[in-house]
Amino acid sequence: MRSPSLSSISRSEKSLFPCLFSLLFLVAFLDSWWRAGVRPFAFFEKEGRDHLWKFLTGMFPPDLSWNFLSLMFYPALETIQISIMGTFIAVIVGFPLGILGTRTFSVGGVLNEAEVAGSLSRLALRWSSYTMARGILSLFRSIPEFVWAFMFVRAVGLGAFSGVLAIGVAYGGMLGKVYSEIFEGVNLRPLEALQSTGANRLQIFFYGWMPQALPNFVSYTLYRWECAVRASAILGLVGAGGLGTQIEISMRMFNFSEVLTILLILFLMVAAVDYISAKVRAIL
Amino acid sequence: MNGINPEIERPHIPWPSHEPSGRPTLWTYCLLSGLLFLFAWSYQGSEIHLTQLFSREGGGQIVAYIKKLFPPDLSPDVLKEAFRGAIETFAISFMGTLLAVVIALSVVFFASRNLIYSGLLYEMEPKEGWRRAVRLIPYLSTKSLLNLLRTIPEMVWALIFVFLVGLGPFPGVLALGVHTGGVLGKLFGEVLEDVDQQPIESLQATGANRLQILFYAILPQVLPQFISYTLYRWEVNIRVAAVLGFVGAGGLGQRIHIAISLFFENQLLTLIIAIYILVTLVDYLSAYLRRKAT
Repeated sequence: MRSPSLSSISRSEKSLFPCLFSLLFLVAFLDSWWRAGVRPFAFFEKEGRDHLWKFLTGMFPPDLSWNFLSLMFYPALETIQISIMGTFIAVIVGFPLGILGTRTFSVGGVLNEAEVAGSLSRLALRWSSYTMARGILSLFRSIPEFVWAFMFVRAVGLGAFSGVLAIGVAYGGMLGKVYSEIFEGVNLRPLEALQSTGANRLQIFFYGWMPQALPNFVSYTLYRWECAVRASAILGLVGAGGLGTQIEISMRMFNFSEVLTILLILFLMVAAVDYISAKVRAIL
Repeated sequence: MNGINPEIERPHIPWPSHEPSGRPTLWTYCLLSGLLFLFAWSYQGSEIHLTQLFSREGGGQIVAYIKKLFPPDLSPDVLKEAFRGAIETFAISFMGTLLAVVIALSVVFFASRNLIYSGLLYEMEPKEGWRRAVRLIPYLSTKSLLNLLRTIPEMVWALIFVFLVGLGPFPGVLALGVHTGGVLGKLFGEVLEDVDQQPIESLQATGANRLQILFYAILPQVLPQFISYTLYRWEVNIRVAAVLGFVGAGGLGQRIHIAISLFFENQLLTLIIAIYILVTLVDYLSAYLRRKAT
């Protein structure tokens, strides 16, 4: 609760904030409107209308010929495979970095009190490993998976493998961050109890942290897998395998009926993956 | 698509649990072997060459590429271009998110069950079948519209809009707006469906009409969550806006695409640094605004 004198100060701040905020918002809005070249009537102009009409009429009916569907079968499977392997690599990347990036695990908290106390060099070492893990994680997740994919295509060549690596690295960064948040949210008392019985670090980790964190881990990882399916479907736009390559080809050839078919396949795939992941989550 | 998902709430984990965890049943084994099979199948199918990756040749390729990235090209021209790209990306994400909010808010009230056809507000209505059916039509059609918008990824929307309105940042704005509109519509709808019923009931008892109930009982409850979800999607969108340029929709992505295609690795690093700075700044800004708003 605030004391009366404090609340009067914060009220005067409050009166300034909305003004400043609306001003900034307005400036950002106008500038963005101009920079993004927004044309609110684009679809009412003749050209836009013609293109829209061409697109909509071109889409129907979807191309469901056996020829095209059998051509799409393998890329669709490949998309799923990329997402599974990508998520797997993301876990491998994210888990150790996430542990190192957990403050209560690597720097402070009940576990480290005794060791760190009085030794500046140890503290510095731990802080540096903590900061480094955090930095790597934020670097991994700030660069979008598309840019990763493009760079991996350059580095290891075209194909599914670069898609797997791209998802692994980008999602590893996200998973690592969330893992460390989950670790920081665990109840510390069981850890302390374990420590006082003389358990070593590994035992504390397996019997203190993991049982508390595992359900959240699995559920978040599954959620990321759902995202990975969507991502791997479009990574093909830069040549990293999966359905994306075909979407781009059809779009560039103005074969809109094929585009619609691919979107339908994508829809079915995403729905199936969501269903599976919900089932697995329910079992756990 | 990416970012941290606020939808997942942490379930309370009882500790310590003294119940026996039970023996693994046949079902567990089936599940486990199914997972293993999926894993092996994916490993085989996705052309993974881990040995090659860590071999001298494959590893050397990656190291050589990383070496080529350094040092970043910090000449004034490139910096200026990176800066302009960053501002443009910001503009795309900003306008895209606003468009998404407009789309979501204009349909969301039809997409939440408790506002459109069932629950407290409609208890007193006659329970005729056709009336209910008429109310179901807008509900189902908005739900499926939102599903459609959400299922098609931003990049595909961008491809489509580039065809429809031409190259430039504007198709990027539309792509972000349409996809995010679907996502926000779903999230907002879920928020609306779990509002506290008591204020609604008490307003209804005083004789307020539906619009008044919406403004005085429902909106005050949901607004903080709406803002927080919008800010979260904005964080996601800034990352997407940075790559929309790959399909010709402006922003930093376009410049990155050019730099990668023409093997300007040093410029690429500058642009990647620009993305990193932009994304971090937006994350901080959004966290600050969220603290202010809620």
